[in-house]
Amino acid sequence: MRAATQVFEGGFSDAVLNSQEVFRALMDAMANPGLVIPVRDLVNAPAPLQPVMAAIAATLFDHDATVWCDKAIAGSDAATGWLKFQTGLELTSTPSDAQFALIRDVDTMPSFEAFAKGTSEYPDRSTTIILQVAGFDGAEVLTLQGPGIEHTRSFAPSRLPKLFIDQWAANRAAFPRGVDLILAGKGALAALPRTTRVLKREA
Amino acid sequence: MTELATYNFAYLDEQTKRMIRRAILKAIAIPGYQVPFASREMPMPYGWGTGGVQVTAAVIGPKDTLKVIDQGADDTTNAVSIRAFFQKTANVRVTTRTAEATIIQTRHRIPEAALQTGQILVYQVPIPEPLRFLEPRETETRKMHALEEYGLMHVKLYEDIARHGHIATTYAYPVKVEGRYVMDPSPTPKFDNPKMHNSPALQLFGAGREKRIYAIPPYTEVVSLDFEDHPFEIQTFSQPCALCGAKGSYLDEVILDDKGGSMFVCSDTDFCEVRQEKGHRGHLAANPAEAAE
Ligand SMILES: [Zn+2]
Repeated sequence: MRAATQVFEGGFSDAVLNSQEVFRALMDAMANPGLVIPVRDLVNAPAPLQPVMAAIAATLFDHDATVWCDKAIAGSDAATGWLKFQTGLELTSTPSDAQFALIRDVDTMPSFEAFAKGTSEYPDRSTTIILQVAGFDGAEVLTLQGPGIEHTRSFAPSRLPKLFIDQWAANRAAFPRGVDLILAGKGALAALPRTTRVLKREA
Repeated sequence: MTELATYNFAYLDEQTKRMIRRAILKAIAIPGYQVPFASREMPMPYGWGTGGVQVTAAVIGPKDTLKVIDQGADDTTNAVSIRAFFQKTANVRVTTRTAEATIIQTRHRIPEAALQTGQILVYQVPIPEPLRFLEPRETETRKMHALEEYGLMHVKLYEDIARHGHIATTYAYPVKVEGRYVMDPSPTPKFDNPKMHNSPALQLFGAGREKRIYAIPPYTEVVSLDFEDHPFEIQTFSQPCALCGAKGSYLDEVILDDKGGSMFVCSDTDFCEVRQEKGHRGHLAANPAEAAE
């Protein structure tokens, strides 16, 4: 019983104000693609869930949210138990059924094609993919352009999915259908909505 | 405080806020697209901007400063009620100053003062579907948006030209967002349309009765529909504001007496007051010396 209780600890200390704070960070991030928004550590979840990823889950998920988790997260009873207890989410094993995806292992994640892109009449019925990354000072610097960016913005997440440039270009080309990305780092988050164009790579 | 304790923060329950928040994120990711949401009953009638109120309630927090305007004014019944509602349920700071607000909820106007990075403009929207008066069926308008079939909209505007010699639509003038979705900017005067283009502020639109949320991220292209031979034009006024002397602000006619006397003054009351405080005077303004006493 003791172990089970520990699993469920570590949620928001103030569910109302903490989730508002995290949501505003998410909204700022989505409205300003590639801008790194600081977030306080507001939850303490079991590995492999880092605080920012877990706080995003606690902010956005409930029993109306269908969520796909990658193996690293789905394989941890402590992590899925925490998510279920804190949010009431519904887990799915089919990425294309998911409104949200939680990804710990960015290198081995399914391609964006595997997730829901919505329909041309309801492009909002798509998967928001939440990636856990170490930070935003990676070696590869992307140059971003699009709504939410006045001219261009540099963005350097520490990890990106395989063949990201090509995958993202295909996602962009499907607009208004497509997936949106949220990147959860240490003490910060950022987002790439489907409208963002990745211009070129820099050294 | 005892009274506050009987309310959820910002009135809405947390599940409703989550649902609205998820819709807002999608709306920002697909600029100009109308995201359906499960609108809740609010303790005010639909005509009072329940869509905007729900969006504000899902977004607002203790660090925010809220401004509410109705037709440009902070002191109408509608604006005062909504401001009081959030003071009571969220205990937030309120202001009439555009520059001090982090969230501005609006009905019918965009402030004259240029909005800044980090500000959020929340529009109260009665009818979110720009194609509704051309096609009453939701299934059909969905298809038209999906296929970018906006020809009917152009036909409607062109009929205006045929009948009046110019595009007669002056309110809720349709715009195209980021080259993709045709969007209703809510019943703002077309005078305000250019302010939506490349605004540093985030613009969120809530329609309560019609259960739709849509958005324009900062720095997003917003183009008013027009024709090469009949380019989009905003309203112009032949005289400056009678109180602050502003040229190029949107003016309302105010009746002065029962003999038909009237004056034209800024519809944006904060803009007008700030200008008067800075010493700008229109031809009907009180004498500065008298006003100072
Ligand atoms: Zn004035």
